[in-house]
Amino acid sequence: MSKVVKDLLYSKSHEWVKKLNDEEVLIGITDFAAKQLGSIVFVDLPEAGDSVEFETEFGAVESVKAASDLISPVTGEVLEMNDDLVGEPELVNENPYKAWFIKVKLENPEELEDLLSAEEYEALI
Amino acid sequence: MENIGKTCLYNEHVKLNAKMEEFAGFLMPIVYESIKSEHNSVRENVGMFDVSHMGEFVIKGEEATKFVDYIFCNDILDKESGSVTYGMMLYENGTIVDDLLVYKVNNNEYFLVVNASNVAKDYNWVVEQTAEFDVTVKNLSDEYSEIAVQGPEAESKMKDILGIDLSDLKFFHFNNYDYMQHQLLISRTGYTGEDGFEIYADADAIVDLWKLFIENGVTPCGLGSRDTLRFEAALPLYGHEISAEITPLEAGLKFFTKINSESDFIGKDALLKQLETGITRKVIGIELTKLSIPRAGYPVYYKDEEIGYVTTGYLSVTLNKPIAMAMVKKEYSKKDTEIEVKIRNKSIPGFVRDKKFLKKNYKVKGA
Repeated sequence: MSKVVKDLLYSKSHEWVKKLNDEEVLIGITDFAAKQLGSIVFVDLPEAGDSVEFETEFGAVESVKAASDLISPVTGEVLEMNDDLVGEPELVNENPYKAWFIKVKLENPEELEDLLSAEEYEALI
Repeated sequence: MENIGKTCLYNEHVKLNAKMEEFAGFLMPIVYESIKSEHNSVRENVGMFDVSHMGEFVIKGEEATKFVDYIFCNDILDKESGSVTYGMMLYENGTIVDDLLVYKVNNNEYFLVVNASNVAKDYNWVVEQTAEFDVTVKNLSDEYSEIAVQGPEAESKMKDILGIDLSDLKFFHFNNYDYMQHQLLISRTGYTGEDGFEIYADADAIVDLWKLFIENGVTPCGLGSRDTLRFEAALPLYGHEISAEITPLEAGLKFFTKINSESDFIGKDALLKQLETGITRKVIGIELTKLSIPRAGYPVYYKDEEIGYVTTGYLSVTLNKPIAMAMVKKEYSKKDTEIEVKIRNKSIPGFVRDKKFLKKNYKVKGA
């Protein structure tokens, strides 16, 4: 069984979004996605200052076998990327809801309304 | 593929919770636990693969040797009974029908092992070539199942578990062995760069062996690690480093052709011509100097010029660095040439390297 965490928002492409405040969010991938991928060996992430766009590829998460695109659930500017994942990509498998990928400053906070609740995401997987 | 096949070991894979995917018309195990651990078990200890999807043909007749010599690009005329030879079948234009192993039973009988994805194509091709020869060809792919037991501990495990002493079986040779009521054809061959064996038998025997090996701690390995292992040893995969668009000279497999011999074989004229005019592209090795993963199909650049594409690439499990094999224009194939691989619109720098990233660990005895 894949874990779904209550107070997060979710995309259909299996990213989670955590609201830090009205302007800033953390983005990661769900337990379901991490399990589907298997052992993660590399994450390819944008850097601080880069911009990400709603429903557009912003990087990739890779297992030994394949690369899987990351799709941004929001539009905005990358404030920070999680450096810990560069040296230890396996953190994503160990705790996908703690291993955030990027911190984003929202350009259109209303985009969050299009995302799924934990219950809706659970029904999807 | 309208009908997806299952090998005789399908139920065993399901029992082991393997991740199953369709490959070459068969539902095959991709990974059981993790590609990394399965890969490492073969490099350091012993692992086994279900390769029952592979194709097996038997060629028999007065002119079997003459026929195989004609359809196969590597030399078999000097080979003894009990030998195995790696090589390819070529089209007239020198490109590759398939790569295969030729087992010489005797002068009038050969056992051919071909890629699962090419069984039907190969069988038709071989049969088409028989017109002028006194031979028969049988496709026995459904009658043979196969497992590969690979790794430095393969020989001792085979002895401990089956009581079969294979210490005298030479590299790229085979023999028939009895185990309980079963007859096994065992060759000292494989697709991992390690010492090991391939075992051919009927389905009942293979299922028995598989269960016995599992009980005795041999690690089951899926097609995922089969690919990472063969890649590190620079062993080509049909559809990647070799194909119906690629010749053995372009793939760097001239060593496995009898281009300098007297034998007349299909594709020889085209190869001789290509040897004379020179190849325009070549399969090379690439090592990236920045961490990223070069995957099959990604374009390769020299400055602003696109010079080719990645044929296979990984973050190498054994070497823990991003490496690839790639088909590039000949003029950029020199070792240490600075190149770039385009990965998701980023240009990742690297160098041309020897594609034999890992030294093969075969057990080759002096003749």
